[in-house]
Order: sequence, then structure tokens, then C-alpha cells
Amino acid sequence: MKKKNLQSLVSIIILAVVLIALSEMKLVSTSKLLVLQYIGIYSIMVVGINIVNGYMGIFSLAHPGFMAVGAYAAALCSKYCFTTVYLYPLCLLAGGIAAMCVGLLVAVPSFKSKGDYLAIITLGFTLMVQSILQNAEIVGASRGMTNISKFTSLYWVYACLVLAVVIAGRFINSKYGRSLKAIREDEMATELVSVNVRHAKTVAFGVSAFLIGVSGALLCHLLGYTSPSSYGYSNVVDGLVMVYIGGVGSITGSITGAVIWQLLVQMLKGLGTWRWVVGGALLCLVMIFLPKGIFGYQEIGEALRDLKKHDIHKSGGEARS
Amino acid sequence: MNMSDRENKTNPILKVSDLRVSYGKIAALKGISFEVYKGEIVSILGANGAGKTTTLNALTGVLRAQGGSVEFKGKDILGIATDKITEMGMIHVPEGRRIFPGLTVGENLRVAAYLYENRDRARFEERKAYVFDLFPRLKERINQPGGTLSGGEQQMLAISRGLVTGGDILLLDEPSMGIAPKLVLEIFDTIQQIAANGQTIMLVEQNAMMAMDISSYCYVLETGEVAHEGTSDQMKENDSIVQAYLG
Repeated sequence: MKKKNLQSLVSIIILAVVLIALSEMKLVSTSKLLVLQYIGIYSIMVVGINIVNGYMGIFSLAHPGFMAVGAYAAALCSKYCFTTVYLYPLCLLAGGIAAMCVGLLVAVPSFKSKGDYLAIITLGFTLMVQSILQNAEIVGASRGMTNISKFTSLYWVYACLVLAVVIAGRFINSKYGRSLKAIREDEMATELVSVNVRHAKTVAFGVSAFLIGVSGALLCHLLGYTSPSSYGYSNVVDGLVMVYIGGVGSITGSITGAVIWQLLVQMLKGLGTWRWVVGGALLCLVMIFLPKGIFGYQEIGEALRDLKKHDIHKSGGEARS
Repeated sequence: MNMSDRENKTNPILKVSDLRVSYGKIAALKGISFEVYKGEIVSILGANGAGKTTTLNALTGVLRAQGGSVEFKGKDILGIATDKITEMGMIHVPEGRRIFPGLTVGENLRVAAYLYENRDRARFEERKAYVFDLFPRLKERINQPGGTLSGGEQQMLAISRGLVTGGDILLLDEPSMGIAPKLVLEIFDTIQQIAANGQTIMLVEQNAMMAMDISSYCYVLETGEVAHEGTSDQMKENDSIVQAYLG
């Protein structure tokens, strides 16, 4: 356990050094820094989605709704309550908590409904949030909110990402996290070993929505504006694509998915609308050859160990023949 | 075996009266009654479709009963949620094992300690040691995903999972189903051993002969009704039962 703590500490220091070098020493252009921030923000979101869709195995489409609630709540905070950058963490927290409260409500239909039906219910939630925002004059209706203070910087993004990974990691290895995996495998058997399934689902939706809400808060303070149109179908698809490319039920996979998809989106920008054709085709290939995603149900450590074992078996086999 | 409670009909740990369950319009249980006393192994026997699994599912709230009453440790538990019934001490090892195939053997057991693992880590270690003592094969496979175990090993894991959760009565649904005969013997020996350690057990079985050998009292179900009941010895002496179920 101690060795693991040391390892994480070392990797966090390395990450910090790299980030400082990149932004302070102007090693990369501003547009590339922006992409790095997108990657960080979407990683947080995908970790959040993965808790419900990956670990618990519930096909939820509620993430744009959570993201919108987080973004709007945080934007209102930074506009009217906590207007200085020092109080920015409070805005992020407010965004996360607002999304979490909504998440606890969205957990309720998951007690009874399953599969496709639950997907439709959660999609309904997302569309409902979008319509409410489109019609609420207080938050600018369909024009959205503009002139939001651009508080988000590379450091905020990656500090939040580190925290998100720590929170998600601890949650997954807690008794709730284990029971989520059990629910994914066999819900009835999980109840029969005394797990309060409703409680576990509620907590999972809460944690998931919190992380997604924080990512929304970060994003709107990066762009300086937010509007209801960003939280519709395309956001549904974006989120799912990152989860399923990177790998379900894996934090490493979540980050991998966010990195790959965000880089791809940038690289394919030159293709105009054709990028969806190329992107879609790539997605099909990944799903055919790696149906669980790149790191399905595995973290980086386990994946490397498996790879090593595989190599040993292979070389052993060759030696015999 | 302690039969005096049953002879005196005092303090049944589980008392089921006139339990009725139907699937739509089809009655699966037409009002069955039975009792289980502390320290017994009680068997419910019967052919396919007699209502054995339905009975257990109704007891733990997996299925909703249409009528009757289920008294567990003196409290009426009909209509209570499954996890609450489990928490009260009725542990159900379901038909077909239903282990978590993607979780390792160790994780399967740890999920079962959900109720107390944060408060009482020592209890988990103690119970884990107990089940590994009963089923040493599981210890060898502790880091293996449950789905890679053989049928018999999965049954051992399912029983162990129930024991790790722990309770006053253990309901076992067809522990012999789809398992190699040699392992069935091993599992039944272990069930007897678990009972000898003081665990009350209710066993549902199609394999009537094996079940009778280890149990003290039996109920025979026939199309949703209790057709016969008696001690295992009485059952074996009754020719019509032997011919119908054991022949």
C-alpha cells in the first residue's frame, strides 16, 4: 500500500512539472494548451460516466443533463456570489453539488427500470434539462450565458482531474464500488447477499453526477460562455464514444478515451463535416476488434501485468518448439 | 439431532402458513405450510415444477406472495425487501448458483460482507477462513474470476458467499443441479458439516435420496401443495413415496 502511495505521489509530481513546463515556458502553442485542457475536462466527465455506465453497467444517457446543471450552477455562482478567482473552487463545488442533487433524483427510476427503458428515461431527463434551460429567461434562454469569467486554467483542470481520479478510485474500491460491480453481474444475487441495491445505485448516481457536474463547470469557465445547445444529442454521443473507446469499468480507460477522442476531433477538423464519417468508422473498428474498449474492466497496472504474462507464455512456447 | 422443538412444536425459527403464489393466472403454490426449527436440516423435495424454488423465492421476497404468512424469528416478513430479509438473517443461495462471474473468488466473498465489512474487518477474515476451511479448493482459486470455476466449484462459492453474509437460516436451492456426482457427494458432506456447526439449513432438492440422507425432516411438494411430510426415516419406510420419488 505504501509503495502504491509513493508511486501515485511521484506520478502527480511528474504531471505537475510537465504542466508547469508546458504552460510557463511556452513550449507549446496556446491552441495546443487549449486541447490539453479539453482532454483534462472530458477525462473528468468520462470518469463520471464510467461509474454508472461502466462499473454499474447501467446504460444511462443522463450525462449532458448533469453537465448542464453543473455548468449553469457554477456560472451563476461565479457571476453573482463568488466573483474572484480565489473563490473559484467554491463555484466548482457548487456545480458538482447541484449536479449531484439532480443525480440522486435520476437514480430513482433505475430502481425498477432496466436496459433500453432506462436509457430512454435518462435521455428524457437530458432533453428535459435542455428545454428548461432554453426557456428560462433568467439564464439567457436559448442564447445561454455569456461573459462568464474565464477562471479555468491548465492547473485548475488537472488539479480537478487528480482529485476526480482519487475520488473515483477510492469509491470503486469501497464496499459501494464492489457492490456496483456485483449489481452489473447479477442484481438479484447482489440483493441476496444483503446489499441494499437502491442505496448503492443512489450513491453511484450521486458520485457520477458530481464529477460530470464539475467537468461542466470547468468547461464553461474555460470557454467563457455556455448555451443549452451544447447539452443535447451530440454531447450524449461524445460522452458515450469516449467511454466505450477507452474502456468500460476502468479509470485508465476513461482517460485514454478522452485523450484519443479529443485528439481525433482536433486532427480531423480539417475534414469539415466529413470528420464524423472518419470518426464514426474508427469507432466501428474499435467496437469490432475491442468490444470492451481499450482498457475494458482493467487498469493500466493489470493490463501491463497481463501483457507481460502473455509475452512469457509466448516466448516459453517458442522455446519448446 | 435435536428433535424436541419439533416434537413440542415450540419456537419454530421459520413458520410458513398457507403460502400462496401465482404467476399470472397460474397458481404455483396453493397454500403450503411448514416449519423449520433451530439446528435442523429440513428438506423440501419434489419433481420439476412442484413449486420448490418458488417457495424459497417467496420467502426472501424475490417473488411476491399472494397470501398466507411467513413468520421468521417471530416476525412477519411477507412483503419486506429482499436485502432487509437477508439482513434479518435469512440467507438464500439461489438456484443455478448465480455467482458474480466477472469478479474473482475473493471479490465474490467480499461483496457478501457488505453489511459489516467497514465496522468489523476481523469478522470477515474469520468467516473467510471458515469457508476456505470447508472448501479448500476455493482458497487455491482466490484470484480467479468466478466464471472460470467448474459448476461444482461455483456451487461451493455460492454456499460460501451465503456463509460470509451469515445468518440464522441458510436456504439452499438445488445444490446438486448440474454438478459432477463426485462433487455432489463432497458438497453434501460439507452441508452436513455446516449443520453440525450449528447452522440451521433448509434444503430444496430434486435428488431426494441424497437430501433425505442428510436431513432430519422432509416435506414433499406436489403441484404446489405439501403432499407428504415426516422424518427422513418415516419417508423411507413409506413405500408409495419411495416408489414415486426415489425409485
